[in-house]
Order: sequence, then C-alpha cells, then structure tokens
Amino acid sequence: MTIFDIMGPVMVGPSSSHTAGAVRIGRTVRRLLGSQPIRADILLHGSFAATGSGHGTDRAIVAGLLDMAPDDERIPSSLWLAEKNGMAVTIRTGEIPGAHPNTTQLTVTNADGRTLTVSASSLGGGRIRVNAIDGMAAAFSGELPTLIIRNEDRPGILSEVTRALSENGANIATVQLYRDRRGGLAVMVIECDGPLETSLRAALAAQDGVVRCTYLDMEEA
Amino acid sequence: MAFGSVSALVAAAEKEGALWRAVQVDDCRDRGAPERDSWDRMEALWRAMVRSAESYDPQRRSASGLSGGQAAMVAALKAPLCGEHMRTVMAAALAVAEQNACMGRIVAAPTAGASGVLPAVLLPLRQREGLTDEDMVRCLYTAAGFGQVIAARASISGAEGGCQAEIGSASAMAAAALVQARGGTPEQMAAACAMALQNVMGLACDPVAGLVEEPCVKRNVMGAVNAMACADMALAGVRSAIPCDEVIDAMGAVGRTMPTDLRETGQGGLAAAPTARRIAEGGLANGPEPGASR
Repeated sequence: MTIFDIMGPVMVGPSSSHTAGAVRIGRTVRRLLGSQPIRADILLHGSFAATGSGHGTDRAIVAGLLDMAPDDERIPSSLWLAEKNGMAVTIRTGEIPGAHPNTTQLTVTNADGRTLTVSASSLGGGRIRVNAIDGMAAAFSGELPTLIIRNEDRPGILSEVTRALSENGANIATVQLYRDRRGGLAVMVIECDGPLETSLRAALAAQDGVVRCTYLDMEEA
Repeated sequence: MAFGSVSALVAAAEKEGALWRAVQVDDCRDRGAPERDSWDRMEALWRAMVRSAESYDPQRRSASGLSGGQAAMVAALKAPLCGEHMRTVMAAALAVAEQNACMGRIVAAPTAGASGVLPAVLLPLRQREGLTDEDMVRCLYTAAGFGQVIAARASISGAEGGCQAEIGSASAMAAAALVQARGGTPEQMAAACAMALQNVMGLACDPVAGLVEEPCVKRNVMGAVNAMACADMALAGVRSAIPCDEVIDAMGAVGRTMPTDLRETGQGGLAAAPTARRIAEGGLANGPEPGASR
C-alpha cells in the first residue's frame, strides 16, 4: 500500500467498490474480448443487485465496456452512449451461488461474432478479481500484464510457454493452472511484471496445443 | 510502507525537517520514484479536489433523489451560527459529498464516501489566507502520512471499521493537515489527529438503503467541522491524554468488535429505521426488478 492508495484515486462516485470497481470490471472484459461488444448481457448478484442501481453499478459496467476509465465523467450517461455506439445492453439481477457479494457475470459478443462470458467481483477500494472465463476458473486482478492461455491438457505445454517467456526476458509474477478434466481443456493464467511483445504473444498463440491465447494489459492505450 | 506508527512518523519528521517531507521521502523510496514524480502526482490530486468542489451543480440530484442542492442551501444561509468561514467549510463538504452521491468526479480521501472532508477544510483556508497550491500539496502529504498509519494499524474502510474508520479517518487526516497549514509542530499534528479520532470513536456505518448518501453526505460536514476544532485545540497547545497511536489502536479494536449490521451493510443504525426501510423499498422499485430485463 502506497500513500496514493490512501489519497486518491480520482474517480466518479459514489462508491469505490460499486462504481470505480464496476468500471474496471467492464473495461477488463472489453479488453479480454478484444474490441467493443455489440451485445452485452449483465447479471448483477448480491449487493451489486440490491444497491447497484443507486450506486450506478449498471452504468459503471457499461462505461467500462465502452473502455472508459473510473474517472471518466461520461460514466453517468454510458447507457445512452452504448445505444449510440451500437451496443445492445441487457441488465438483470439474480443469484450466482457462492459468489462474493459484489459480483457480476457478463456475456459479451463483438462484431466478429466472438462471445465471452466472464464472472468478476469488486473487492473494495476499486480493486477487482476475475473469477471465471467461459465457465472455467481463473483468478486475476488485471493489475499486471496477464496471459490467459487455453490449451489441451497434455505434458509439456506449460514448460514450452514459460521457456518462450524467459527467452524474451519476461519475469513471471504468478502462475495458475486449471482444467475441466484430465486430458481435456486447461487454462493457464500467467501474470508478468512487464508488458509482453506482440511477436511473443503471436508465437504463443501459434504454439502446438494452444487453443487460444488472450493477453490483457490494462495500461495499454 | 515504512510508517507503522505516528511516533515513527514524528521521529522521521525531525530527521527530514518537516513531516510532509518525511512522507514524500518515504513515498519515493517505497515506489522507487523520483521526487518530482511523487510531487506531481500529489499536486494532480489537489487540482482534482479543487475541481470536485468548483464543478458543483446545485441542480444535480442523485439517482435515489436523496442528495443534491444542500450545499447551495447552506451557502445561502444568512447569519450562520458557526460564522462565515465555517459556513464555507460546511458548504464545501456538502458540495463534494453531493458530487460523489450524484456520480460526479471526486478524489477518494481516503474513501469516496469521505471525499468531502479534506477539500472542505483546505479550500476555504487557502482562499482566506492566500495560501499557495504548494502549501496545499504539503497539507495533502501530511494527511496521507497520518492516513497511512491509520490504515496500517486500524482501517479506513467502513465495511471493516464503521464510519469512525471512514469519516473518522478523513477528519483525523484533515486535522493534521490543518496544523501543517498553520505551521504547527509534528507533535501538534499528532495531537490533532488523536483528538479528531477520539471524538468519533464508535461511530457506526449505517447508510440508508445501502447508499453513500444519508447520513454520509452530512457526516462529511461533521468530519470537517471536527477537524477544524481539533486543529485549533492542538495549535492552542491542548494535548491528547492518550497518545495518537493508542487512539488509532482503540479505534481499530472498536471496529473489529462492531456488529456487521453497523459496518456498511445498510442493516443497522439509521438504516434500520422504519423510514429508512421505506426508502430502501422505494429505491429498489426504481431500479431493475429481480430477474427482469430492460
């Protein structure tokens, strides 16, 4: 914790968890999708559902999907801006069993027809955690450049990925591994200390056994 | 984060020549950042605070209808009991807190719900005494230094420690900042911080309908007025019988024993009043219905 966790951030109110964190969730999902969604289905759970309307959680998530930052003064008018920018938004409330009180599940589709379902929680102070992507567990904040690699569950893939990263001088901060069943589909989430080159990301995506490689860098313009 | 106690902060102030300076030096070491970078970042926060008060629109209302327009009412009050300067402080606290409630841009200091306290005490003072933006940045470093210790030893979150940890921490940080603005000693800053926290010990976080509006907006006024009074007491030489670190620890302990109903859940305290329950039901009717699409 630095003094700028005490003083700041500059944000659109009223709540760091229900507003600023919600903007970050929307923005993270948009970047995971790779472009602006044309359709977004937003499910609000727990405290997000109970007090989300008064806290502008719905507008905050949509603002994030439009790639706004938490201090963007257009956040209150995001629903209108979404409509203007060709994004069809559905907002619902419901239960996500066992989820953190400030949780939302977003299903988004972009113009290329790619659909993504992401569950994420706002943990307080504007910090967030992605819980699952397309039904598979993951746990990352987006505070560091993050690789989300979906791959076949067979020996050697993790070592090939980490070798490629080390050969490019990338330092790994954390690694998480998940799979649906032995020999099925696996997900690795790798947080790195610095941004990764486009060429490295392309090489990882082309690697044998890798089904999809998604890269998230929230600092990227 | 080097400062685990106010006594360490005061000791570092003696070494560096000023408390704000000790906080800046520590920030540069902590983040590996040059002094200019640290200063510019703090100055940007100060400018954002000024904007958060100056861009106040008295016509704007919050989604629930609970907040908006109150700062303008206080600013227009003739012959205020608290005097002209305090009226300006109160109006500024309301203006920024209402901005926050109405989805305006504010600086969380230390939280969004308490964002009105620091600008409320600093803006009118700068105006009245012709202080510079540099003076104000030094005040913010001072406030951040004390806030850091409160966060490390107790909490600055209403969900963890009740309103005493949110408005209380903001008020304590503001009291120390005001002593800095008047050129007081680090010991006086510690006394101001301690007394401000003592005065709100045990204050519950009980937002009506779970929204950062009632009583939060008005508690920003209380936090600002309390900070002014405690800074004046400290500058007059009044001391806290209990050292600042022990007051912070006591606040942390009270927060930990506070029932969850009184920690930002919108269940206890004012939020449990029959009228608050009715407001909560009305608020939900304006929002999305469970399971409904829109």
